[in-house]
Parts: sequence; C-alpha cells; structure tokens
Amino acid sequence: MRRRLFKNLFTAPCTEPVTEGAATLEVAGAQLRGVIARSLGRSLAIREVDAGSCNACELEIHALSNAFYDVERFGIRFVASPRHADLLLVTGPVTLNMREALERTYAATPAPKWVVAVGDCGGGCGVFADSYACVGAVSKVIPVDLVIRGCPPTPTDLLQGLLELLSGGAALGVNTRHS
Amino acid sequence: MLKALFADLSAAPTHRPWPRFAVGAEGWRGIGEALREGKLDLVGLWGDVDAVHCALYEPATQNVASASIEVRAGKAPSLAVFHAPASRLERAISDLFGIEFVGLPDPRPWIDHGRWPLHTPLAELPRPHAPLPPYRFLEAEGPSLHQIPVGPVHAGIIEPGHFRFTASGETIVRLEERLGYTHKGIEKLLDDKSIDEAARVAARVSGDSTVAYSFLFARAVEAALEFHPPARAVWLRAVMAELERIANHLGDIGAICNDAAFSMMHAECAILREEVLRACAVAFGHRLLMDRVVPGGVAADLEPVGAEAILSVTQRIRRQFPELIELYENTASLQDRTVGTGVVSAELAAQFAAPGYVGRASGRSFDVRLALPYAPYDVVPIQIAVRPEGDVDARVWVRIREMLHSIGWLEAALTSIPGGPLRLPVNAAAGASVEGSALVEGFRGDILGYVRIGPAGRIERCHLRDPSWFLWPLLEAAIEGNIVADFPLCNKSFNCSYSGHDL
Repeated sequence: MRRRLFKNLFTAPCTEPVTEGAATLEVAGAQLRGVIARSLGRSLAIREVDAGSCNACELEIHALSNAFYDVERFGIRFVASPRHADLLLVTGPVTLNMREALERTYAATPAPKWVVAVGDCGGGCGVFADSYACVGAVSKVIPVDLVIRGCPPTPTDLLQGLLELLSGGAALGVNTRHS
Repeated sequence: MLKALFADLSAAPTHRPWPRFAVGAEGWRGIGEALREGKLDLVGLWGDVDAVHCALYEPATQNVASASIEVRAGKAPSLAVFHAPASRLERAISDLFGIEFVGLPDPRPWIDHGRWPLHTPLAELPRPHAPLPPYRFLEAEGPSLHQIPVGPVHAGIIEPGHFRFTASGETIVRLEERLGYTHKGIEKLLDDKSIDEAARVAARVSGDSTVAYSFLFARAVEAALEFHPPARAVWLRAVMAELERIANHLGDIGAICNDAAFSMMHAECAILREEVLRACAVAFGHRLLMDRVVPGGVAADLEPVGAEAILSVTQRIRRQFPELIELYENTASLQDRTVGTGVVSAELAAQFAAPGYVGRASGRSFDVRLALPYAPYDVVPIQIAVRPEGDVDARVWVRIREMLHSIGWLEAALTSIPGGPLRLPVNAAAGASVEGSALVEGFRGDILGYVRIGPAGRIERCHLRDPSWFLWPLLEAAIEGNIVADFPLCNKSFNCSYSGHDL
C-alpha cells in the first residue's frame, strides 16, 4: 500500500492523447465548469433516479466518475439524497411500480430544480412502449427540462447534454418553471 | 434421476435441444421430491396460459430436461412445498397468469404491486384492477428490535428495490426484500413480436448482461428452428461475452472495495473497466455491445484494429492487475471487512443451485460453459474458479480468477477465429409451432431462456430467467447476523440484477 502510494507520487496522472472524443469532453467540461460557477457559485449537485431502466444508463452515469471523465473536476457532484440536489437525472421508461417513488423524489427536491431525462427510455419509452407496466417518457410524470438520448448515452453525450441545459439560459433561479 | 423420472414418457417433438416432458400431478410431485432430496437443481420455473413449465439440471449426469404440467381450472400443484427456491417464481407466475398454486406456503403477491391498470396481464382473460391489501412483511419478534426500511430509491447510482431490515442494535436479525419496482412487462411485450424485434427487447432485460441475454435469445431461437449460425459469428459472440464478463468483474471488484471505504481500488479498477469498454467500442462499435449479437449471427465484424484494441487492453490488465490483487490481499483494513462477512453456506448454495460466482464461492462448481458447453467453449474450454469459504472475500477471489481466465481465453480465441459470413437469414416461419431452450453463462451466472415461435414466425411465448432469481434469497440468508454497515459490501459482492429479476 505504502509502496503503491509512493509510486503514484512519481507517476503522471491518468491522461490520454487528445483524440476527437477526449477533446470534446475537455471542451464541454471546461465550458460546463464556467457555467456552473457563474450560475451557482458552487458545484452542481445531481441525484440520479432509476425509474425502471435496464441498468445500462446507470453504468454509463457511473462511468462519469472514473478517472477518465472525473466530472467532479468540472464541478459536478452526485449526491445521496434528493434534498441535497439541484438536478434529477432520471432513467427508465418509468414503470408504474416506480411512478410514486419518482413523484416523491421530485417533491423532496428543493426548488428551483432541473430534471434531465436520460436514455431512449427516459426520453420516450424506448423498446418498452405500449407495455401495461410502463408510464412512458419521464415527462409524463414530472416536468423535464432536457432529454439526453442514447441507448445508453455515452459519458461524453451525458456531459454535452448537461452543458446544453446549463448554457441554454436555464441558470438556476432564473428557471422559474419548477420554482 | 431424470431418466427414472421421465422413463415412461415421450418428449414433446417440438422442443429442442433438450427434451420436454408433459407430466401429471404424480410426475410433478416426483420432481418436487427429487428437488427436495437435492438430486436435481431447479434452473427455471415459468408459466404459460394453460401450463406451468420447469427446467431441471441433474448434477450427477450433467443432463438437462424440461417438464410441463397442465393447469386445470386455474390451478396447479406447488413445487415450493418441496423446494423453497420455487416460492418467488410461483408467486410471480400467480401474479402474471393468475394460476393458483395449491399448497404454496407464501401466497403474497410478488411482482404485482397493485399499480397496473389490470391484474394477471398474461392470462387469457386479465382481471380488472382492484386494490390490493397492503404488503405484509414477515415479522421478527424480540426485545428491542427495530426496523430500517431502505428504498426503492437508493443512495447510490443503482437500481430500485426495497429492503426491510430488522436489527437488534447493529446486528441484522432479518432482511426481507421487496422487488418488482422495475417490472416493465417484458414477457407480455415479447408476445407476437417478430424475432428481430424481440431480440432488441431481450437485449434490454438487464443492461449489464446485454451480450449474455442476446446470446441466450439467439441460441434459444436457433435451437427452436434448428438453425446453425456461421462459425465466425459463434466465436465473435463468445469474444463479446467474455469482454462483458471482464468489464463487469473489474467494475464490481473495485466497487466492493469502495463499499469497504477503500476507494483506491475502485479508482484503479474503474480505469481498467473504462479501457475495456473503449476497446469494445473500437472493436464492435458499442461500449456495452448492445444489439451486437443477433439471431442468425452477429451484427458487427471484428477488424484487425479491433482485435488489436482488445489485445492491448488484456495485456494492460495482465500488467497492472497483479499489483491490485496484491493491494487487496495486503490491506488489513480491507481484509478485515471482507473475510468472514456475508457467508453463504455450501448447503444453501446447493439447494438454490446458486448461479455464478456466488455458487462457485460456496463450493458449487457449476458453470454452463463447462458443464453444458456450447460453441465455441466446446472447442476452447474455459477454466473455472471454486472456493469453499462462501464469504465476500471468496466471491472477490472467484471473480479475480474468473476475470484472468477470461483474459486467457480471449487471447487464445482471438488467434483461432475462422473467417466466413457474420450472419445468415433466419427463416422463423416454420409453418408449425416450435420451441427452443438455452442456458448461457452470463457474468452473474447461468441464464435460462425459453422461446416458442408460432407458425408465422412470431413469438408465442418467451421467458428469460435471470440468475438473480436464485441469488436474491441467498443475500437475505448471507446478511443474517452481520452488521447493518456490512450490507452494501455483501450486496455488491452479489450484485444481483433488479431489472433482470423484475422483468
């Protein structure tokens, strides 16, 4: 353990050659950090809610925190409670069995707040359309500010989506929709 | 045992590749008794409009067979009377088909939370919605016991489900799970779908096992239609399946350590996992390999640049992972949390036919790739890892070894992939009803698939049984007597699927 920590002192951080994908990420991330700092003056707190997804979206949302993306450096933080959150990141075709839990999570999130629907399911029910057990798009249950499509969206897609939301004039507090 | 049970019966001519027998009440009872005596493993139990089917595995002879019993006047005899692992499966069948299991010890609903517009959605005549009584959790009595309800919305970025802990101080006396929150009505959705449409749904049963499910669905369909996929596709399917296994094991080994507050392992493993996903994207065009395995073959070819990306990541893991294993082994604070925590006894693992690493960490040496080898594992066999301890540490070790075996297998396989077509057209319209079953080893364990295709080539009935059906009950047993703070650790060491279970 000590040996490893010592070794890490002398190794370069986990960086990669700037490819097209990595450049997009860095640019989007830097812009995002600027927008978050201007509109919030602190980090953006995100609460993720799985409203019946297949878990693929969760895997990619998880990936946002690995050393390659490391979104905390852009001022994005995942929090454990909706009461600490500025933004809900909702996945899944909203199953009827999760509907009330989603509504209550939304109600527990202090206003002003944003909601981002993630994935083809969250955006429009995906392959689960027409099921007796699904409500459909997240927007049928709670107001949605942005949809990030993909099955599942990649970590870079997710970051670009968040940037679009925040730089689209939807500064927190100005966004009166959910206050 | 299987032979003796079904000696006088002739198998249904439409079911492939293993036989399916129609049995009466006496035969069903015989199955129940064989399960109770541990001579057979229950690998699946699912409903139909007019029948209940089960799939059985006999460890002694490594044979599989299915059996069906007709439902009369809405009733069927219960297997759960003999064999506890059947209980939740029968409760789910009751919820979906309205079949009443005579003698079922626990008749509470399971998947149906009373929130759908109807009840028994898969029955011939679904029942109109009527409010259900509140769900009664099992009781635990004693001085100073308290309950901790958790979920369905959890604190982490994970799937939803409800856990009801009863604790005495810090010690868990009973954990009861309440699942079904992610029920998407998949079995009903698959009804009357074309093979290609159904494959897209099957790929989304559980996102972390998308390759395994696509592989399973393709194999079941191909078995039913007696279709042989091209050789190149068969190899590429397994390459993808092993990549999926490696990525998931890497992610979970790190996450288990993270739940023991050792985030360094998590960070290091997450880097390796990300590199595997990127190699998948280079090789097959999708990070999680969704919709890449399809009935008839595969939807993406492996170019030399892709093979190179895969080999470069396996070599990197070979180089870096031993240091991480050493770190895991030599960190006392981590070992203190994982060794002796969340023990699953060998008896329970055998009774529940515990799939995957949970079974193998409790001395059950079963892996579909080895016990019932399917192509290409019949040509290049896979090694498996078995440990007797049954604790979190054993599950971590099984996964470490398994991941390294998968890497070895991949490297060997990449040199022997034959050329040829990737996909051949599947003519599903066989003119008659045909049935196929398959077992595939996903990263979590064995997944069972059953599909019946109608004369016009559309799905008549499809059932996909996630390994989690037999893992969730074992988690309840493993956590008993442990402290509440060790639950996340135990839970992650199982990593059961919610979506795959709730369907």
